Amino acid sequence: MSILIHKDTKVICQGITGQAGSFHASRMLEYGTKLVAGVTPGKGGATQHGVPIFDSVLDAAQHTGANASVIYVPAPFAADAVMEAAEAGIELVVCITEGIPTLDMIRVKKYLSNKKTRLIGPNCPGIIAPGACKIGIMPGYIHKPGSVGVVSRSGTLTYEAVWQLTQRGLGQSTCIGIGGDPIGGVDFIDVLRMFQEDKETESIVLIGEIGGSAEEEAAEIIKQEITKPIVGFIAGRTAPPGRRMGHAGAIISGNKGTAVSKITALKNAGVTMADSPADIGETVARVLA
Amino acid sequence: MKVYEFQAKDILKKYGVCVPRGKVISHRDDAAEIFREIGGNRCVVKAQALTGGRGKGGGIQFAATPEETRKHAASMLGARLITHQTNQTGVEIKYVLIEEAVSIKSELYLAITIDRSLKTPMLIASAEGGVEIEEVAKKSPDKIIKEPVDIFFGIHPFQIRRIASQLRLSGTLHAKLNTLITSLFRAFVNNDCSLLEINPLAVTARSELCALDTKMDIDDNAFYRHPEFGEMSQRQDVSPVEALAKKHKLSYISLDGNVGCLVNGAGLAMATMDIIKLHGGEPANFLDVGGDASLEQVTQAFKIILSDARVKAILINIFGGIMKCDVIASGIIQAIKEVGIHIPLVVRLEGTNVDIAKKILANSGLSIIPANNMKEAAGLVVEASK
Repeated sequence: MSILIHKDTKVICQGITGQAGSFHASRMLEYGTKLVAGVTPGKGGATQHGVPIFDSVLDAAQHTGANASVIYVPAPFAADAVMEAAEAGIELVVCITEGIPTLDMIRVKKYLSNKKTRLIGPNCPGIIAPGACKIGIMPGYIHKPGSVGVVSRSGTLTYEAVWQLTQRGLGQSTCIGIGGDPIGGVDFIDVLRMFQEDKETESIVLIGEIGGSAEEEAAEIIKQEITKPIVGFIAGRTAPPGRRMGHAGAIISGNKGTAVSKITALKNAGVTMADSPADIGETVARVLA
Repeated sequence: MKVYEFQAKDILKKYGVCVPRGKVISHRDDAAEIFREIGGNRCVVKAQALTGGRGKGGGIQFAATPEETRKHAASMLGARLITHQTNQTGVEIKYVLIEEAVSIKSELYLAITIDRSLKTPMLIASAEGGVEIEEVAKKSPDKIIKEPVDIFFGIHPFQIRRIASQLRLSGTLHAKLNTLITSLFRAFVNNDCSLLEINPLAVTARSELCALDTKMDIDDNAFYRHPEFGEMSQRQDVSPVEALAKKHKLSYISLDGNVGCLVNGAGLAMATMDIIKLHGGEPANFLDVGGDASLEQVTQAFKIILSDARVKAILINIFGGIMKCDVIASGIIQAIKEVGIHIPLVVRLEGTNVDIAKKILANSGLSIIPANNMKEAAGLVVEASK
């Protein structure tokens, strides 16, 4: 089994009549995703790509029994869209939208804290169980069913890594882009634990980038709990340091956040690090050999 | 967006926070008059720059006469401030803030920022205010007070009592701290800040809590609900190219090398810079066209790279998801039609609509060096840039 989604996951699309929503809804249908409804306020009763549209998530969920949602709603309304889905009892919400204000996401996290809903994103490519279900914007053809679990903060860099795996014949169990924003839903630690539990996943690729301390925190958990082999890559080793103002960020994060800090922490936790972004697939092949 | 000290103080004043009396100027001839307006026998002249380490870099000077005030302002305005946080050329000083010199009993530290791990606003305070606060945090973390703030409820009175007790503020100062922290959190939320820092926060001789310096960073994603920041951002110190990129909502940072890069997605853009360096090249820029760039944005992005005379070769590395490869291809052709190209162009495309894109490029008649993967692309572009 893949994690979080499978071939029978019933998905609704919030913002299905927008440009991006419409385009990617059709791509998800082509891939075989069970897209059962769309939501656009005021357009209930219409259809898009043969999928019925409802005015609200609650309506859509009640009529279709959907248990997952993907959000393409513009940034000013996206936080509300996530909370609407959670309130309607949707178990998995994937928010593709880029540019949601950080304080809105802090409100969303607080709102979700006593709900069963899991959020992926925002500002992320989504989640795919190759050959079974695709919820998001990733190109379907680059994936192949298999046993490598992929988790990443980046969107396009995830595609890069996946494509390298597929070209080497290394299929994936589930690929998740957790999003690059300061505040998001499921994090590296959540996904690593799910991959550890998942029988189908035999190895893991973890792709991080500079900033924040999520990779360092993941390294602690890897040391203690994860026994499956992990290959890692951190983007931004050569990025110039930003002009920093104030001390509050540094007081909270200490020396974490740099590429060196992340690479060192992951190496110390037993992760095999790829030096070049072009070597991720090759490194997995070597580790599994 | 980082905000100048004088802009941040203007905002804080609206929330009733005590700041020193003062005025910002951009002409040296106004300096003497400001000294007289403020009154008193001493003022402080502060270079306005969006960088840290200003005091150590000579950007803060005291003056006891109108003439001295003018002299300091004249030496700062138009000069470049170099600190340990800037590069060798520093940043230009366009504004100078002239303020009354407040007599200080002690200096505290107070800030609100986002704690990414705990996913909450975090209030940070310390009795050891001043420039060495990061050293304090490292050497004696027990002297740093941290209180997470509930985004819906705000800061609880019991949290403020805890802070006041650790800062050893009692009586009227405790009451003033209460008002200050409450106002500060309101300012933080209402202005969508990612950082609001007062350092030092002075306990003055008259027992006021006064914000001597303040740093404010505003979440760019929230600009749509703050039209008032539009004018503010125009006063920021950015290069013309960076301003153009910003106008077209492109994420662009100019660097020192000669390989121009156009990439979609921040992670892949950083990884592309990394691999160019691994192959012995130097990137000339970071340019992320974003998730769903339009034809117009791609055309502008390509023109921005072409406008950089140092660029000797260009690498386009696109892995389409929400971004369609054919849009990239059409944008490249459009830009070349408009401004021409006389340097090698390496193109690596993969992902959504890649087949259509490859056809568009092949039929364009342009001389493009195609690459099948990232490694090949990096090798080709570094070779071409030499």
